[in-house]
Amino acid sequence: MSFASFSEFLAMGNHGVYVWTSYGIGLLVVLINVALPLLGRRRYLQDEARRLRREEMK
Amino acid sequence: MNWTWFHKLGSPKWFYEISGRWLPWLGGAAIVLLLLGSVWGLAFAPQDYQQGNSFRIIYLHVPTAILAQSIYVMLAVAGVVGLVWKMKLADVALQQAAPIGAWMTFLALLTGAVWGKPTWGAWWVWDARLTAMLILLFLYFGIIALGNAISNRDSAAKACAVLAIVGVVNIPIIKYSVEWWNTLHQPATFKLTEKPAMPVEMWAPLLVMVIGFYCFLAAVLLMRMRLEILKREARASWVKTELRAQVEGRP
Repeated sequence: MSFASFSEFLAMGNHGVYVWTSYGIGLLVVLINVALPLLGRRRYLQDEARRLRREEMK
Repeated sequence: MNWTWFHKLGSPKWFYEISGRWLPWLGGAAIVLLLLGSVWGLAFAPQDYQQGNSFRIIYLHVPTAILAQSIYVMLAVAGVVGLVWKMKLADVALQQAAPIGAWMTFLALLTGAVWGKPTWGAWWVWDARLTAMLILLFLYFGIIALGNAISNRDSAAKACAVLAIVGVVNIPIIKYSVEWWNTLHQPATFKLTEKPAMPVEMWAPLLVMVIGFYCFLAAVLLMRMRLEILKREARASWVKTELRAQVEGRP
């Protein structure tokens, strides 16, 4: 561990703003990239389910 | 060398099945490695004697920059494969990898800017490497826009492949920019032929992050490609069976 306390860890020796901004946006970008295909797949399957139901009713 | 796997890649059905089996492992590896690398790099790696703790941005900056460039090389390879062997899967890979590449380039530029402020005193300088990375971002935008602008799938595939291949000239420019020109940007951390200039406690978490980001790329790319294959091959009977199974599997 290169920090003595948790508050020192958060402060990052006066560079806290830069380090945590980077990692915050980094996490956001990673989550967006994971969420987009997951949500896209769910929407596509819902659309297909609706289409299949419509076809069965005919 | 056995080339059967290459010919099988021509079959979207085979790809869909095999990628479904790999996906949980790649996703799991990405989560474990990225968590491990971030905690290690943020809390346990020693601080830099000149840059202090701001250097910890390296654990995000270097992997995303490496990914931004290797994804572009992938696009060019997929472009060649698509043009030469008319492989349908190559275009799926090219179109689906481009947005991930753009995101990674954006992240590399942004973390670089946030790192540059405390280190160089400026968010942005018109340095050779930074400028070349910005051009890379615009190349990605160009490929994405071109792919969406042409409605005929085959024409779009050809146009994007050509743009990806032509644009690959930018990659060596990015790589050697720190050697050809006097730049603010520091030289590469990892070289294939030499030992890293930093101590092992510093570069080990970086290596974990790089491998983690590659697993992340593989997992996200496979997810995107699988969805695109379902959409493009919607008329194939195996896709209809798969869709029915997926749809009826959930309420």
